[in-house]
Amino acid sequence: MSSFHSVDVHDVVVADNTRAEGMILIALAGQPNVGKSTVFNLLTGMNQHVGNWPGKTVERKEGAFESGGNEYRLVDLPGTYSLTANSAEEVIAREFIIRERPDVVVAMVDAAILERSLYLVAELLPLPSPLIVGLNMMDVAEQEGYCIEPEVLEAALGVAVVPMIASKNVGVRELVEAIDEAVSGDGSYEPKRPEIRADHQEVLSQIEGLIDGSVPQPYPQDWVALKLLEGDREVTGMMQAYLPEDRWEAVHTVLRAHDDALVAVASGRYDWIGRMIRAAVTCPKAGQIGRTERLDRWATHPLWGLVILASVLGVAFWLTYAIGAPLQELMDAHIVGALADWVTASTVGIGAPVWLTSLLADGVVGGLGSVLTFLPILFVFFAVMGVLEDVGYMARAAYVMDGFMHMMGLHGKSFLPLFLGFGCNVPAVLGARVIESKRARLVTILLAPLVPCTARMAVVAFLAPAFFGPAATLVSWGLILLALLVLALSGVLINRLMFRGQRAAFIMELPLYHLPNPRTIALLVWQRSKEFVLKAMTVILPVSLVIWLLSTLPTGDVETSLLAQAGRWLEPVGSVMGFDWRLIVALVTSFIAKENTVASLGVLFGTGEGQGLAEVMAASISAPTALAFLVVQVLFVPCVATVAAIRQETRSWGWTLFDLGFLLMVSWGAGMLVYWLAQLGGL
Amino acid sequence: MENESNSCGDVPAPPVDGGEPLSTLDAGERGVVVGMGGGRGLLCRMTSLGFTPGAEVTVMQNYGHGPLICRVRNARIALGRGEAGRIYVRRGRR
Repeated sequence: MSSFHSVDVHDVVVADNTRAEGMILIALAGQPNVGKSTVFNLLTGMNQHVGNWPGKTVERKEGAFESGGNEYRLVDLPGTYSLTANSAEEVIAREFIIRERPDVVVAMVDAAILERSLYLVAELLPLPSPLIVGLNMMDVAEQEGYCIEPEVLEAALGVAVVPMIASKNVGVRELVEAIDEAVSGDGSYEPKRPEIRADHQEVLSQIEGLIDGSVPQPYPQDWVALKLLEGDREVTGMMQAYLPEDRWEAVHTVLRAHDDALVAVASGRYDWIGRMIRAAVTCPKAGQIGRTERLDRWATHPLWGLVILASVLGVAFWLTYAIGAPLQELMDAHIVGALADWVTASTVGIGAPVWLTSLLADGVVGGLGSVLTFLPILFVFFAVMGVLEDVGYMARAAYVMDGFMHMMGLHGKSFLPLFLGFGCNVPAVLGARVIESKRARLVTILLAPLVPCTARMAVVAFLAPAFFGPAATLVSWGLILLALLVLALSGVLINRLMFRGQRAAFIMELPLYHLPNPRTIALLVWQRSKEFVLKAMTVILPVSLVIWLLSTLPTGDVETSLLAQAGRWLEPVGSVMGFDWRLIVALVTSFIAKENTVASLGVLFGTGEGQGLAEVMAASISAPTALAFLVVQVLFVPCVATVAAIRQETRSWGWTLFDLGFLLMVSWGAGMLVYWLAQLGGL
Repeated sequence: MENESNSCGDVPAPPVDGGEPLSTLDAGERGVVVGMGGGRGLLCRMTSLGFTPGAEVTVMQNYGHGPLICRVRNARIALGRGEAGRIYVRRGRR
């Protein structure tokens, strides 16, 4: 399906336009949590485009702004702690600077963590583009007891340093002025570049001698030598390909004798940073216990941390349904319903054939409409999650969940994307990008469909009361717990069997807590909702048309349609749980979108979607069968939008099909087990 | 998807004279990093997050099981017990 690739094609086009006529190219670099996106949003406003880096599953943000008669194009580089190839992000950031040669690179730095966040600056300085340092979070640094003199730091580094408090829009104008000045300057940019430690000078010049003349354009030769010494995977591979074999052997021998150089080079950078900031930081840190430490005593406690997490997530769900559900009903009744009525009325009015009316009203409006009515619920859920992320709580949630995630060979960072899955599985799959380890990211993506999303739970909420009466709530909770249990067991299994119990390293920064920034959250909600709507529009529409066709052809009657024939053919597979062909067809149509299950059952049981369906079903289906059906429904193959997301993020049909097969087996297996247990228990 | 990133092979664990694993420090204790071990990928993450020989580390939280939190170069870093076991420190004053 070509729609799976639409994102990539689009992004390649954007990348080719990077050097637009007359526009000055600015790259924004910085470590994670330094307020980089705040600055990006302040500079570009809504004038920004979000996509992917070509060929990578890493988000690319780009925008434009004007100042001093100049037109600027601003590219937000991925947030990275260093520029050594460790994950796709570092490679993207440095390749962009080396290949695209931005006119200015703005490096955002956290003043409260000055030493550590200058590490990236020490890596950026040896690259060819001129640098400006945005010294952000000056207010936090002051609270923490630091007095920093930006002018002294500026003199020490030899690059412009702009003190800022981006969250309060302080210093952004000065930053733009510094950019104006840098691009219109007389070329007197002379930074102090970090020098390598004396004990590695010799080996470095030895390597440089060996690779002299063989370094491909546009890589700086001294930079390549340094990255070789650091054991950088990408640069090593590149030079192995470019060097004649005997010279590569010589380089390799030198490198093997200094395979501890990685730590030494990093220490050298911190030594250099220490010298740079010694004069600029005037009062030593007071070392007092701040707000973050006080909150973390509770939020990261092994017991209370879990209690707090459970309460926070409980409130998040409550808010989502308290605000989102009424909005959903309004939208369903007044927008989707009205639109379907209007389509029916106007097509009948112009004398269109019945099949066309049905195609437009049921196939198009019904299919897309039922998906889009989930938007209010997702909107509220993403907003709540956005607040939790922005204030810094999600890092703590990852920390307290780390123990559980260990069992699956994952670590805490997989928690946020999986939790997003309760809203919708699509952002859950896309959210797995925050995980650095490729293996852990893959496992997270494969497991994400096992998190019961709002649409699956909507089906449970509709059917459970008719079959189980007052026990319906218990059944709903039981199904959620079952799904999570299956998720955990599948994680353990996949990890043991396919990755031999390897575990991803867990090391992450816990950012300072801070007040939520409405702008950042609004953009996050906008982006995630857009992911959902785009997938719905591009993938769900064609598939729902196909299913509509299958349910109409050849006679126009569902009971005798191709879909019904397929359902009858598959009936033996479902009969072990008492499923008849109608339940199987309902499951098949849930592939478009999970909530379709209810609509399909309505058609198949001949009652329509409204009143009475659940009662009619309860009369003809036994309780164990109903329970087994709900179990299969909750664990079944995800909707087509999620499948498209899995394919896009894993870049592999193999893994996508593996996951579908796996989920099919797991859902059927769990359904049969529950059916058998329910019969045994005399339900 | 490609293979795991830190496939360059393990860098041998450093001599640990006078050093003990960071994971053995109690909450509130300080130490100075004297050596680090692990694969290239892990070492790279550790150094870029502020752990290098000579860096002062304060353990903020350590319950004897599960991950721990420490402060290095004024940043709060959470790390797994296994990872903390590969950072060797010389114990400082309480």
